[in-house]
Amino acid sequence: MDLTPIWLTLKLAAITTLVLLVIGLPVSWWLSRGRSVFKIIIEALITIPLVLPPSVLGFYLLLAFSPQHGPGRWLQQVFNIQFVFSFQGLVLASVIYSLPFMVGPVKSALQQLPPSLLHASYSIGKTRWQTFVRVQLPNIKPSLLTAMVLTFAHTLGEFGVVLMIGGNIPGVTRVASIAVYDSVEQMDYHSANVYSLILFCITFVLVTGVFVFNKYRFKSPVE
Amino acid sequence: MISIEIEKKLKAYKGQEALHIKKQFIPGSITRIYGPSGAGKTTFLKSIAGFVHPEKGRITVNGQTWLDTVANINLPPQKRMAGFVFQDYALFPNMTALQHLQYATEDTGWIKRLLAIGKLDDFSDHKPAWLSGGQQQRLAILRALAIKPQLLLMDEPFSALDTESKMQLIGELKPVFEELEATVLIVTHSPGELAELTNQEFCIR
Repeated sequence: MDLTPIWLTLKLAAITTLVLLVIGLPVSWWLSRGRSVFKIIIEALITIPLVLPPSVLGFYLLLAFSPQHGPGRWLQQVFNIQFVFSFQGLVLASVIYSLPFMVGPVKSALQQLPPSLLHASYSIGKTRWQTFVRVQLPNIKPSLLTAMVLTFAHTLGEFGVVLMIGGNIPGVTRVASIAVYDSVEQMDYHSANVYSLILFCITFVLVTGVFVFNKYRFKSPVE
Repeated sequence: MISIEIEKKLKAYKGQEALHIKKQFIPGSITRIYGPSGAGKTTFLKSIAGFVHPEKGRITVNGQTWLDTVANINLPPQKRMAGFVFQDYALFPNMTALQHLQYATEDTGWIKRLLAIGKLDDFSDHKPAWLSGGQQQRLAILRALAIKPQLLLMDEPFSALDTESKMQLIGELKPVFEELEATVLIVTHSPGELAELTNQEFCIR
């Protein structure tokens, strides 16, 4: 039984979550501050992967990053990077596809913090950055954890977008969800069952873990 | 001298109303500010602190211009450093009482003294969720005092305290205000409240 697709999936989910943590935090912070037409458009673009068929997103990414077209050709010629049918391509697609799962909960949590918390920090001379690190970030821990787990779990389950941009190359782009599909195609139900069960168990443990953590870790003593 | 002249639109149920205030405060004075609900008392304090921005106006504090809409000067709250006690306390849920004060100042002697004034010595390692309403309110006052502000703005700062605790705290705070030579503006519920602490009064209608 080849477990490479499982390890590849976990690696992809971990890298995607880390990249989205770095990108998602500043984007969420920026979106949480005030409203403008520009911000609404950016937020709509970030949210689109939630409703757009993954194959559509994958198709556009395939076009954009294929070595025959604009950005893909430029990346190949200048940096010798190829996103199509490569693991980097999967990471890029996953980051775009899972962006709303990181940005949504974090932005909402930041917006729900009372403005007086920020004012209190500013009034004692703290900068926006200090306030973000010392006040905002620690007080949105549950939402941040939820966003990270959702991002991780969502990446585990990606299929359409991953298939479009990565194809089905064993050891490179053949993640667990594609391995399940591939096994069923070959009537290998045993392998499909093992891959599916492992994915189910991982996601169940993750999501249950978050619920338990958020229930007990942040419960007020007076509740 | 603290000189304030501001115009700020207020959102009201009946439509928009305007807050127009022109007032001077003597340095070192303690003024109680009262007026009906919705008159703009909190907005007045927030305008001085720099949390909200008046459409027109000028604020000078001891010779320094904090706001001048004509000259396009508008110092951020971080540069005004007005101590502010919020009506909802605005305590940081992730920090203990001690950490609140350490976040505001590095002066350990001052922190120790403040904790004693607020009777929070035994609760210094408690987060706000583990403090009573009165203790939370005292912590909010101590945090504002931690930066030794020249101007202290207090929005109903004693509302959660019983009469005895309030009088005790006032007795402790008065010499601190004098020592810091701070000008203090306190929003209160009613005109007669806090007469023992304040030496000026100002009504906003």
